[in-house]
Amino acid sequence: MTDQAMDSATVAEKPAKPKGPLIYRQSIFTRVTHWVWAIAMFFLLLTGLQIYNAHPTLYIGEQSGFEFDNAVLRIGAENTPEGPRGFTTIFGQKFDTTGVLGMSELRGNTNFIGFPSWATIPSVRDLATGRVVHFFFAWVFVAALAVWFVASLLNRHLWRDIILKPRDIRDLPKDIWDHITFRFHHRRSYTPLQKVAYFGVFAILFPLIILTGLTMSPAMNAGWPWLVDIFGGRQTARTIHFVVMVLLVLFFVVHVAMVVLAGPINELRSMITGYYRTSPGTEPDAKDKSNG
Amino acid sequence: MANLIYNRRRLLGLGAAGAGSMLLAGCDSFDFLGQRNHPVRDFLERANGLTYAAQRALVGDQALAREFSESEIRQGQRPNGTTDPRTNVAEYSQLVETNFAAYRLRITGLVETPKEYTLAELQNMPSRTQITRHDCVEGWSCIAKWTGVPLSRLLDEAKVKPQAKFVLYHCYDQYGGGLSAAVNYYTSSDLIDAFHPQTICSYGLNGAALPVANGAPVRVRIERALGYKQPKYVHTIELVDGFSTVGRGQGGYWEDNGYDWYGGI
Repeated sequence: MTDQAMDSATVAEKPAKPKGPLIYRQSIFTRVTHWVWAIAMFFLLLTGLQIYNAHPTLYIGEQSGFEFDNAVLRIGAENTPEGPRGFTTIFGQKFDTTGVLGMSELRGNTNFIGFPSWATIPSVRDLATGRVVHFFFAWVFVAALAVWFVASLLNRHLWRDIILKPRDIRDLPKDIWDHITFRFHHRRSYTPLQKVAYFGVFAILFPLIILTGLTMSPAMNAGWPWLVDIFGGRQTARTIHFVVMVLLVLFFVVHVAMVVLAGPINELRSMITGYYRTSPGTEPDAKDKSNG
Repeated sequence: MANLIYNRRRLLGLGAAGAGSMLLAGCDSFDFLGQRNHPVRDFLERANGLTYAAQRALVGDQALAREFSESEIRQGQRPNGTTDPRTNVAEYSQLVETNFAAYRLRITGLVETPKEYTLAELQNMPSRTQITRHDCVEGWSCIAKWTGVPLSRLLDEAKVKPQAKFVLYHCYDQYGGGLSAAVNYYTSSDLIDAFHPQTICSYGLNGAALPVANGAPVRVRIERALGYKQPKYVHTIELVDGFSTVGRGQGGYWEDNGYDWYGGI
């Protein structure tokens, strides 16, 4: 099997196309933190849903309305003339979500729970364990972010690939069109749309999910009361924490879809070995492999 | 070179298949994390110590929990956990029937002079009233007005010995029973939280006597921690240098059941 044959297996490149050089694209810090986050976020998501299940309602404001209504999302089960059903209510709109949300199966038995057992760690209701695992991986997540930030500042990954520059804004419409038509450019730095996606994750979603997590801490509220003020209350912070989780899941879906569409072998190789097959015309530099 | 790439490709394929089967197998693959004293769980639990240290470092010992205005009390304090120990604790039933006439709050353990207070004595001491947000570990919050005696005053009267490191709060309410032996609720704090200006032995809630559902006659408020660190039906406050021999050794009823000891997040 040759390099040529291998590349023909990818979607983006046609076999007859000339190839660009194999460049050293992802530093060891980018690669290691990427996979650490992948593992940490897997556990953070599934233990987060476990924690959510302990009180499957989200509110706006400082407190939870038991004698008034400030709920924006409520998952639960109710008795109906046809028997119990699972319901999800978003901004007052009620949806029957039997089988997934509010009421699902657990080892052949009906389980009245917010998110189903297959979406939580542990699979059974166990808030204590969910919290232990969640906070462990929260530390892992934040530590990886600190390492990534310092390394990316020093090796210019942050400047080259994440920070949007005027030229990226100018080229953005064309890049969006290229993505829609599945024309992927494999260059040294990220394309404008990639930069928008990663800038959104690193500059908006990651800080938001960390800060809203801290805002739910009564101890941190005493030390940093401004946290509660910027998010408009502890329960609003909890709601934002949940919304950012949904956005990160959406990011993950698009991220994996893009890897598959842009050539999974090449993309995965760059995130494991650091080396990335670029489109023709890319200039190699000192760290790249000379054999092209 | 070709071989190398082929092998690398197979490796990637195997990795992807492995990750996929992990997802398909469902998350009961990680149910072992729920086992108390599993070595992996023990390792993960060490992060709780890190969280405690970080919060103690970032939050000043005297930093106050936010206090709210009267207008922000929009509902009654939601009762949770034990809401009526009369159903299974005879001694407590008698106390309620006699309007807590025989109730005593005891300060014991590593103190120079152990103390006992009747409810009337507590009510006649200088009090502190605070409108604070109660945050349950389940995720909900509720704002209410709490009135009581600062715990620091009682500890100063009893004179805490220098070797004391923790404060245990012993309660009337019992969990379990039936097949397993019933255990009394208890929890604990460090001395920083015990002496914190907002830590009070509360006997009043929203301007009335503390109801049974919320912990009558005395509930200790540790305002910078979660709800399970606000023990209800408290009868004894014990100064200790450690709690490894109490209960299952984790410093509280919920702590013995896998919840973190500090409860600051």
